[in-house]
Amino acid sequence: MTNTKGAVTGVNGNMVSVRVDGTVSMNEVAYIVVGGKRLKSEIIRVQGDIVQTQVFEMTKGIKVGDPVEFTGEMLAVELGPGLLGKIYDGLQNPLPEVAAQTGYFLEPGVYLEALPRNVKWSWTPVAKAGDRVERADLLGTVPEGAFTHRVMVPFTMYGSYTVKSIKPAGEYAVTDEVAVLEDESGASTRVTMMFQWPVKRAIDCYAERLKPVEPMVTKTRIIDTFFPVAKGGTYCIPGPFGAGKTVLQQVTSRNADVDIVIIAACGERAGEVVETLKEFPELLDPRTGKSLMERTIIVCNTSSMPVAAREASVYTAVTMAEYYRQMGLNVLLLADSTSRWAQAMREMSGRLEEIPGEEAFPAYLESVIASFYERAGIVRLKDGSKGSVTIGGTVSPAGGNFEEPVTQATLKVVGAFHGLSRERSDARKYPAIHPLDSWSKYGGLLDSGSVAWAHSFLKRGTEVGQMMKVVGEEGTSLDDFLVYLKGEFLDDVYLQQNSFDAVDASVSPERQKASFRSCVRILGSSFDFKDKDAARAWFNQLRQRFLDGNGIEWGTDAYASAEAELKAFIDERVSGLDKKAARIIESLE
Amino acid sequence: MKKVYSRIESIKGSVITVRATGVTYGELAEVTTRFGVSLAEVNRLDEDMVSLQVFAGGRGISTGDEVRFLGNPMRVSFGDSLKGRIFTGSGEPRDNGPTLSENLIPIGGPSVNPTNRIIPREMVRTGIPMIDLFNTLVKSQKLPIFSISGEPYNQLLARIAMQAEVDLIILGGMGLKYDDYLFFKDTLEEGGSLQKTIMFVHTAADPVVECLMVPDISLAVAERFALKGLNVLVLLTDMTNFADAMKEIAITQEQVPSNRGYPGDLYSQLASRYEKAVDFADSGSITILAVTTMPGDDVTHPVPDNTGYITEGQFYLKGGRIEPFGSLSRLKQQVNGRTRADHRAIMDGMIKLFSAYRDTLEKKSMGFQMSAWDQKLLKYGELFESEMMDLSVNVPLEGALDKGWEILAACFEPQETGLQSKLIDQFWPKK
Repeated sequence: MTNTKGAVTGVNGNMVSVRVDGTVSMNEVAYIVVGGKRLKSEIIRVQGDIVQTQVFEMTKGIKVGDPVEFTGEMLAVELGPGLLGKIYDGLQNPLPEVAAQTGYFLEPGVYLEALPRNVKWSWTPVAKAGDRVERADLLGTVPEGAFTHRVMVPFTMYGSYTVKSIKPAGEYAVTDEVAVLEDESGASTRVTMMFQWPVKRAIDCYAERLKPVEPMVTKTRIIDTFFPVAKGGTYCIPGPFGAGKTVLQQVTSRNADVDIVIIAACGERAGEVVETLKEFPELLDPRTGKSLMERTIIVCNTSSMPVAAREASVYTAVTMAEYYRQMGLNVLLLADSTSRWAQAMREMSGRLEEIPGEEAFPAYLESVIASFYERAGIVRLKDGSKGSVTIGGTVSPAGGNFEEPVTQATLKVVGAFHGLSRERSDARKYPAIHPLDSWSKYGGLLDSGSVAWAHSFLKRGTEVGQMMKVVGEEGTSLDDFLVYLKGEFLDDVYLQQNSFDAVDASVSPERQKASFRSCVRILGSSFDFKDKDAARAWFNQLRQRFLDGNGIEWGTDAYASAEAELKAFIDERVSGLDKKAARIIESLE
Repeated sequence: MKKVYSRIESIKGSVITVRATGVTYGELAEVTTRFGVSLAEVNRLDEDMVSLQVFAGGRGISTGDEVRFLGNPMRVSFGDSLKGRIFTGSGEPRDNGPTLSENLIPIGGPSVNPTNRIIPREMVRTGIPMIDLFNTLVKSQKLPIFSISGEPYNQLLARIAMQAEVDLIILGGMGLKYDDYLFFKDTLEEGGSLQKTIMFVHTAADPVVECLMVPDISLAVAERFALKGLNVLVLLTDMTNFADAMKEIAITQEQVPSNRGYPGDLYSQLASRYEKAVDFADSGSITILAVTTMPGDDVTHPVPDNTGYITEGQFYLKGGRIEPFGSLSRLKQQVNGRTRADHRAIMDGMIKLFSAYRDTLEKKSMGFQMSAWDQKLLKYGELFESEMMDLSVNVPLEGALDKGWEILAACFEPQETGLQSKLIDQFWPKK
């Protein structure tokens, strides 16, 4: 606490004005003392001796004259071993521990320690007395779940230090001293396994940022094959309500081939978080064989929780992601939804009576969104190892209209766009990623030429479909009609995926390639049908067999026989294969 | 002893300001005017200037009227004596019964800790195939009924209230036409459900501030009953009126509007009400069904749009029927895997075919030749509309599933349906 004292002079929603008698800093944390409770708040404007704070709690019950205390520190999170598997609110309060203390409801003014203090970690020192170290240099390690957690020189310790002493291997809590560091002037600092970092500052203790090239496999066919995401990249999923944004995020959080997943449930339904909370501890991570929860951190500030903490929650999440990146790990941050975060900014901007921009969003919306997504990236650390933070954010555009400010500001800064469409979700075509509107700038599992060739059928098929609406089926040539059927076929059996089917929900890269190869064979073949009804009937049967096959586990006998049957069924009908298709099939053998 | 202030500085719409000290944010006051006493709630503090929204509205308030602060926020009486009673938006009796002032509970309390929530697990049976089969309602769900003004949404709401198996119904009426209020009262009375119903009704003729109180007061009472182990169904009609009341107050207080005049916190305000839907692990539950009328049938209007992002799906009422497109129950996957093996397949398969039927219908209306496939779809669509969509159809889920297979078998060959072969083997009606 600083010596500055303050007293409330006004309340307007969750914005409280305070008169202060000393120095304060922007974004400093202050506590409003109301009847024995201390409500956390953040300074968001300073004007003479009046400062405006946004309060992270309900403001009912505050009155003019209530005392205010200032901490002198910016809003920060605790970083150290013990973050994995935790469920936090937007201010890094551990929610299960809060529940144990206050019961069903979130009572205001209850703030608990983010990292458990009573857990002992098995420490192995790496640095030696006399070593020269800088911030983020390795001091020692502790095992955390399936990972080796690197205990580093706190990122806040700028300058260079000499290790004066370091604790031998043993069991220590996060607050125990593990090393003493001495700076150039001879002053020494005790270092523990834990330190604090202000959430609104990006962690920048790496050697260099690299270009994201390695694909992050999500086991969703349409993403991995057609609109891939790279490790260290960014992507966004805008879509109207009910189009399946959250289901897509949940599926990704289970299947993505990354080390750690951080889920920021930002201003969305509590029920959706609950599914993750209850199911993840039961599910196994195929990579480590341990529970999925052990690689997950959930930051949960749902729609009915105080709005200012919602604004903080995405920063809390990305700061923890950056921390684990410093350990050479690949981290995926899923933010659902960034629109709610933007709306939290809009609410506050309105209360501050700032001049509104488009749709009353503040003028700084774009730069704030850009600087958030820019915290993603794949980096080379000082020891040569690589770590990445990939950010996937959903956007909930008002009215499902992508022309609105949040979607547009996001599209400017992301590397892939998975646009969900109402039209597809109404027709139960899931995932409802629109194959013609979406794009990706990253390389995926397959070479871009093959993908573009297959994609052309979707485009031409849709064109023929549109044309048929005008001229009717009888006015369409059989050749065009076949293109249409081929496009529909690729859509039905490859782009669509049943996330509620145990097998079809996650498709390995190998299976995707095999499946793609089979599709290419159909797309590139010539057929000899007597009329359109015959063609449609055959394609209906083909689709049926393919879909049945999608539900059979890969590599089993049942799969092998289904595939053989399918091949026989196709062989019977096709004549001649397009050269381009033949080349693609060859490259995939 | 609380001080009485007798100088009102400004009156704008239903918001007044007085100079006062020691007042807390959200506190209640009594304003005594020549028309009687009205409650008012503090909604802004700035030094010693206190703004209050007066429940009875600003009309007729004199600058010399008395304002007395009560020292407590808005509260409502709670207990079994509420059952069968009808109140106004500020908790006053509307049914000539006694005023209740015992066991007062605060309204608009804090949010439930997400880690204390459980995954919804029980279906609420309604006997309406478009709900039970295609978009199952689940206990603790929050669902709006999107509708345009002329649709029979209150009738649908009343029918669900009568048929759903719950312990208590709380009806929150906002801007309700007096006729509709009487309709609810009579229907519930005739169905014998009035004794398990509590009504908080703001009619279109009442002051607008009272409209703002209705959801909070209804949900605060529901929450207490749920904590006592009751399964409560809260019916709110019409949430668009609630949003419009918020807009009115916000504009009066010169807040920067965000979209079509609505305040920037519309989403958060709606969410904090809808999120009260909950299933307490070892106690009761709250399920919310709320009517949201869409001005001009425009689902992108800010109220239905924001609502859609908050709620767990929506029912679209159009042409007197629940539309399969756009209607969605997000929680149906939690329960429809455990009903019958063919439930999910029938649900998806029939909708895909119905979507194809709509395309065909479009082609037909443009005068194109109908192929054999089109003819099949046309037959299917008509059967689907009359046997499934019609709101008068009243069958349990299992009956509706059987009917689904019958309709498919009457129109298609098995492989044309896109259903998995093993289900077809099991359920396809044998000729």
